[in-house]
Order: sequence, then structure tokens, then C-alpha cells
Amino acid sequence: MKGAFQKEKFGKTLTTVLFTVLSVIYVFPVLMVVINSFKKNTFVKTDTFGIPTGESHAGFDNFINGMTFGGYPFSKSVLYSIIITILGTILILLFTSMAAWYISRVDSLACRIVYYGCVFSMVVPFQMVMFTLSKTADTLKLNTPWTIPVIYLGFGAGLAVFMFVGFVKGIPLDIEEAAAIDGCNPFRTYFSVVLPMMKPTMISVAILEIMWIWNDYLLPYLVLDRTEYKTIPIHIQYLKGSYGTVDLGATMALILLSIIPVIIFYLTCQKHIIKGVAAGAVKG
Amino acid sequence: MKRSHDSAAVNSDMIRKPIQRWAPLFLVPMVAAFLIGFVWPFFHGLFLSFCKFKTTSKWEWVGLLNYEKALADESFIYSFGFTAVFAIVSLVLINVFAFAVAYALTQKIKGANLFRTVFFMPNLIGGIVLGYIWSMIFDGFLGYYQTSILMDKEWGFWGLIILTCWQQIGYMMIIYIAGLQAVPEDMLEAAKIDGANGWQTLFKVTIPNVMPSITICTFLSLTNGFKLFDQNIALTGGYPYIINPDGTSVHTTEMLALNIYNTFYVGANTRGVAQAKAVLFFILVATLAIAQLTATRKKEVQQ
Repeated sequence: MKGAFQKEKFGKTLTTVLFTVLSVIYVFPVLMVVINSFKKNTFVKTDTFGIPTGESHAGFDNFINGMTFGGYPFSKSVLYSIIITILGTILILLFTSMAAWYISRVDSLACRIVYYGCVFSMVVPFQMVMFTLSKTADTLKLNTPWTIPVIYLGFGAGLAVFMFVGFVKGIPLDIEEAAAIDGCNPFRTYFSVVLPMMKPTMISVAILEIMWIWNDYLLPYLVLDRTEYKTIPIHIQYLKGSYGTVDLGATMALILLSIIPVIIFYLTCQKHIIKGVAAGAVKG
Repeated sequence: MKRSHDSAAVNSDMIRKPIQRWAPLFLVPMVAAFLIGFVWPFFHGLFLSFCKFKTTSKWEWVGLLNYEKALADESFIYSFGFTAVFAIVSLVLINVFAFAVAYALTQKIKGANLFRTVFFMPNLIGGIVLGYIWSMIFDGFLGYYQTSILMDKEWGFWGLIILTCWQQIGYMMIIYIAGLQAVPEDMLEAAKIDGANGWQTLFKVTIPNVMPSITICTFLSLTNGFKLFDQNIALTGGYPYIINPDGTSVHTTEMLALNIYNTFYVGANTRGVAQAKAVLFFILVATLAIAQLTATRKKEVQQ
């Protein structure tokens, strides 16, 4: 018995060692971004894995040059990314949760059509609608950072409605009936009784939408008026993709700047993020 | 969805009637956005797949011609094959590794939480940025062999596989961990008392109990594989190209989504064909999703 116990303990220590090595390998690409963002452009390609020293060390030049690199200020892209992500997420949370409550409580034929429409939209890849969607957005002037959240509400409604309906179905009616007897109109019932109960699902949906909108490339690329508005992914793709000679050092500096907020967000909300992702995945 | 409309009967009129009067506030904004952002573009796109068009306002009905052209397009068929192989290889690798990692992390080892944090991290970074991070790494490495990820088809394929694994193993790991934690403790105890060894317990007790997670993860990684776009455009961009004698070209690392995108936006003459390809792509992805739903349902009934 004792031998078996020791063998098991040894196995666990071995696993810990193995996973430590794996973790280092896993973090390696991000580490390379950090290292190369301090390296002079020409050395990024010829000496990718070296530590920046002496002549290859660029100090903060990459960060300073990167700010205006490509003829478009990076700070503007960051600002637009933030605006779109926040507005889009708020719009989705508010209107899909309200609609989900309406759908599950009223449950008319129209409600079911909307609900199944939403479920259907979840299996439609973006390529199916991208051309016509960008034209519609142009016509309706939904091509600015302040109006594109409407498109996100429309195209992203499916998963959010689905998750909220799933949750609302589980709320016992008694509570809302009590509120109605006490003289609450639906508006008050929703905002002071139902909405607070939805908090866990709200957080899960918020996480999924933030991750989606912040990292989304193709939708804003096709919908936004690109000469005026760029988001971070569009900005980075533009630098690497079509802009004459590429300054790899500056690109790495911008990539580093764009992942720092994401990593801070992750480390502070990790529990919610992992829960939200698990909740979103089990939608099937 | 499963228990959806049974509870409708319980909905009292006291609740339903007043809410209905508030439809303009509660239902209309979401439905309006849904019509603009999904329903109209979807049906408009479906219609245009039967037309020749450059802009949405100038179209000419051509029937099934676009579909014929799409299926006769060598680059489209090639990208389908490439995508299918990619999807299957990534499915196997992602799920084997994700399950192994999840299994090890649920064995109460030291530092399990830290490892989980690290493995999940790449999911937070967007596809475009991931693509450029890895293109720097691959090019730094391939530079020693005087080649580049854009010049070598094999490296392009395996580069995409490595990137996708790096990104998605952590995601699937989370789902597997949730599944593994739900395996009843007493069943594992019983297996131990009956003298089952580690492997027997794994295959006879643990795996049958996490079948729902396995179904979800396999289909998720399969559809993710078929829909991959950002990583593809950022890492390989479809390069290297093979130019045919007749002027057409095959992009050797181009996946379905990127092929459709290029058919739409590189020149404006093939937009009808592009829309037809998009419809075929939609049918493919939707079929996979329905297959997943059926498979999950069946498993639930069995249990």
C-alpha cells in the first residue's frame, strides 16, 4: 500500500514538472512579442529568438514610431475599439435580455418565430451574409463606431437570446406574479425583479460578446468606413498586409500594446471568463 | 430549448397580457436590429446567389449558373479539400491534447489552477494578432533554412495546425474539465475497489461519463476548423500560389472562408459565384451543426 502511495505521489510531481515545462512553451510566443518589440526592425527577422542587446536594442523607439506608423494614429484605433466593444456589449445585453424575457413570458407564435430565427442564425457563417450586410450597413449609415453596435446587436443576437431564454425559463413565475399583484408594471417588474436575477447569465454573455467584438476583424473591416475608422485588428492587419515595407519591430510593439489590456482583463475576471466560455460552449 | 414551451401553459394571463402591451420596448428593438443585421442580408444573399451582380442594386438573374461555376472552380474545390484535411487533423490533435491536459489537471496536482490559466490565455487574443505573432516565430525559425511560411505549403499547413492547437486546446480543456468534474466520485471509488487499474477506469468509467463533453468539443473544433478565417489571412494569406498556364491560380494554403472572401473582393466580376460559394459553405456548416445537435440529443436519451 505504502509503495503504491509513493508511486502515485511521484507521478503527480512528475506531472507538475511536465506541466511547468509545457506552460513555459505555451507562454513562449507572447514572450517573443515582448522581446521583439524592443528590437530594431532588421533584427526581428534575422535574430528573432535573441535577446535585444547593443546594436539590436531599440529602446522604446518601436513604441514611439508605432504610434503614428502607417499614417494613422494607433491611439485612434484603440479608442474606436473601446467605443465599439462597450456600446455593442451594452446594446446586446440590454435588448436581447429584454427580448428573451418577452419571448419566454408571452410565448406567442411571433415569439417562437423570432426565437427559432435566432437559433438558426447561430449556424450561419459570416461569409454567407458579409457582402449584403456591408451594403445594408452602408445604406443605413451604420458604418461608424457609434452606429455599428446596431449591426453587432443584429448579427450577435442569436447566441445571447438563446442563452437568456434558457435562463428565464428557469425563473419561477411566482416572483413576477407577486410583483404584478403589488402593482408593478412590466417595466418595473423587469428592471427591479427580473434583471437582477439574470446577473450570472449577464456576466457570461457580456464576456462572450466582449471577447467577440474586441477581436473581431472581418465585420468591422467590411462595415466601417475604413479611411476614417479603424479598430485594433484592422490597424494591425493594415500594417502587415498592405502598407509598403513592414516595420516588424513597430508591429510587435503595437501587438504588445494591444494584448496587455486583454491579459489584464483576463487575469482580473478569469473566473467569470472561464465560466462564461463554458456556458457559451454548452449551448448545443 | 428542450423544455421550452411546456412551461408556456403555466404562464398566467396576469403576466402575459401586460407584457404584450410593452412589445415596442421589449421586443421591437432587438427584432429590428435582427432584421437589419441578419434576416435581410441572409435572404438578400440567398437571392443574389442566383444572379450576376457587381453591386447589390444591379443584378441579372442567371439561375444555377453561379453554382455550376463555383463547383467547377479548381481553387474552390482545392480549398475545400485543404480545409477538410485541416479540420480533421486539428480536431484530432486538439481533442487528444485537451482531454489529456484536462485529465491531468483534475488529478489534484500542484499548480493546476496556474496551468489552467496559462493554457486558456491564447483564447483571449484575436485571430489576426495570433496570426502575426506566429508568423514572426515561424519566419524567425524558417529563416535558418532560407525559406518562409509564405514560401512553403507544408509549413503553411502545419503552421496553421500549430497555431490552432495553441489557441483552442485551452478552450476545449475548460469544457473537458467541467465534464470530468461531474463524473460521480462513487463510481470512481467503486472501480478502484473492484480492482480496476488506471487505464481501465479511464476507458470504462471516465470516458463514457464525459461523452457529452466529447461530442461538444469534437463538433466545436470541427466547425471552428471549417470556419477559420482570421488566422488564415494573417499567417499564410493563402501563399504560396500556383499559377496555372491558363492564368488561373490555386492558393495552396487558402481555406474555404478565405477563398470565398477573395472571390468576392479580388475584382468584382465573380461576386455571384462568391455568393453561391457562400451558400454552399453555409449549407456545409449548418449540416455539421445539425449533426451535432442530433448526436448530443441521442447521448442524452441514452443516459
